Amino acid sequence: MTKFEEKQPSVSVDKLMWMYEQMVKIRYYEDQMVEAYTEGKSPVFNIGEGPVPGEMHLATGQEPAAAGMMVHLTKDDTVTAPHRPHHHAIAKGIDLKKMTAEIFGKESGLGKGKGGHMHLFDPEVKFSCGGIVAAGIPHAVGAAMANKMKGKDWVAVAFIGEGAANAGAFHESLNLAALWNLPLIVVVEDNSYGISVPKKSSTSVESNDLRASAYGVAGAYVKDNDPIAMYKASEEAVNRARNGQGPTIIEIETFRFLGHFQGDPELYRDKQEVPGLRARDPIMKLRQQLLDAEQITETELEDIDTRAKQQVDEAYQFARDSDYPKPEAALDDVFTS
Amino acid sequence: METAKKRMLTGNKAMAEAIAQEMENDQNVFVLGEDIGKYGGIFGSTQGLMEKFGPERVLDTPISETAFIGAAIGAAAEGMRPIAELMFVDFFGVCMDQIYNHMAKIPYMSGGNVRLPMVLMTSVGGGYSDAAQHSQTLYATFAHMPGMKVVAPSTPYDLKGMMTSAIRDDNPVVFMFHKSLQGLGWMDQLDYAVGHVPEESYTVPLDKANVMREGKDVTIVGIQMMTHYAMEAAERLAQDGIEAEVIDLRSLAPIDKDTILKSVKKTHRLVVVDEDYRSYGMTAEIAAIVSEEALYELEAPIKRLAIPDVPIPYSHVLEDFVLPGPDKIVEAVKQMMDEA
Repeated sequence: MTKFEEKQPSVSVDKLMWMYEQMVKIRYYEDQMVEAYTEGKSPVFNIGEGPVPGEMHLATGQEPAAAGMMVHLTKDDTVTAPHRPHHHAIAKGIDLKKMTAEIFGKESGLGKGKGGHMHLFDPEVKFSCGGIVAAGIPHAVGAAMANKMKGKDWVAVAFIGEGAANAGAFHESLNLAALWNLPLIVVVEDNSYGISVPKKSSTSVESNDLRASAYGVAGAYVKDNDPIAMYKASEEAVNRARNGQGPTIIEIETFRFLGHFQGDPELYRDKQEVPGLRARDPIMKLRQQLLDAEQITETELEDIDTRAKQQVDEAYQFARDSDYPKPEAALDDVFTS
Repeated sequence: METAKKRMLTGNKAMAEAIAQEMENDQNVFVLGEDIGKYGGIFGSTQGLMEKFGPERVLDTPISETAFIGAAIGAAAEGMRPIAELMFVDFFGVCMDQIYNHMAKIPYMSGGNVRLPMVLMTSVGGGYSDAAQHSQTLYATFAHMPGMKVVAPSTPYDLKGMMTSAIRDDNPVVFMFHKSLQGLGWMDQLDYAVGHVPEESYTVPLDKANVMREGKDVTIVGIQMMTHYAMEAAERLAQDGIEAEVIDLRSLAPIDKDTILKSVKKTHRLVVVDEDYRSYGMTAEIAAIVSEEALYELEAPIKRLAIPDVPIPYSHVLEDFVLPGPDKIVEAVKQMMDEA
């Protein structure tokens, strides 16, 4: 038994390396998006200007939730995500070029430029997201129903923010999924804020996994944005769902390094908060754990970093090089014939 | 010579038969909603399905419209063909986000990448003192928003044929059925709630209006119950020598402009009758289409009959006052003929 396995006997190093790669890719993707989004928006910030207009909700700091869950999924499992969807999309294996082109409003985008960053749909890997809080949960319930009806062991995972756990759709969906014993997992990413309102001002319970008992389903809590703890909680939940043992609610304490959206003045939080969170960066943590386990060298990690960045750079280049749709294409795709 | 006796069905049985035949044809078709199982749907639209197909494909849901309509969307995205029932259209308020932000928009926002082959069927209409929260049609509310096909059949034949088309369509279809046209034993017994329905499967298109009666003097466009009232009015007008052409709109979105315009070009007069609110409604839309595309064909100003802009009242006398009916249609047409 290696030293690493002595420390973490239930976790495969290969899978942790996969997670590390996804997390690095997500982080670099979002960093590049900060730059692209800022283009054309200075000296005066106008949300409608630049190559990437509109709202932009980035997931920097929230990588463990996506990587720790998706490492257990295949392309046959369904994922629905909310308005902050890039980390889920990337870890689910979305076509990165088409995703980026969509965010740039290009014809080659997943939605031919009709959706944008909050509305990414890639049926190839069963990924979708949407801009209405909590609305993706019922869609995952429906996917879980379809899986069960087709006799497949595929699961459906709905990612939401902690603010969404106070919406009616959350409660209706969990009751229904529990009632029908569906292979559904709801991952609540608690990044402490619903835009500006802190969780303690919006939520009647300490953490939303406690609400699991209200529906008679399993609940799990992941502290400190910890990738390995997320891996383990997700593994249990996915196994439970695949084995026909019903839904799970996982809440993960995660960190939002950036504003709710780009351009958020963040007057609602202490200036010292983000530097404090960044000091607990989950990517650096996982990297150190991998090095400590002596399963991977610094050079190998750098190779992973380089490979991830190259993919992201290619995706951005593809998006920038792509054409805008013809204006009259706005009239297409209302109905399929 | 012997004439074969025509097979007659009520509206609800025609709908249920279409669903049953499609469920037999395609394993991906299933039904979900409140009281659609053993009860067979509050308005009988799923009668007999539970017995035939069992609880795995005929799912009684909790009172959770957001969850089960949303689940239908999620299942449709996975290739299933769900039929979800919203018991009364008036209940749309608790689930409209799923209907218009998701069901109607996902196919477009995905650039056609995601298809949602689903039917949202819902009961509409008043006239039986169920008051403001259980009597609306809300035709225009749904027809207004792009991304949904919206149909409102008025005969048992069309209820079956259009339901079959709706289930086979790859787009989300809002299928509105009129409570009083279901032929239920506990409501007014109306002749037009029973009609000829062939047993074998057939389709009726989702984008074509139907000329129910030909005439040369005036075009009356009706929707569902109002079409039947228009037919009654036309019979009475005929006794006075006025020949009305009656169009059953059937498809609210997309709307069959051609059939309306062709008729107006023949009769040069138009009356539109709607059981929805007047302002910003179906009558306004049809009047606008004719004004834009056939204004100079008209020999008299267009007349609109609809619910004056008030919630539907409870008491008989009040409800009768706001609902259009044969008398009001006859009066409007006669007035129009006199003016010319």
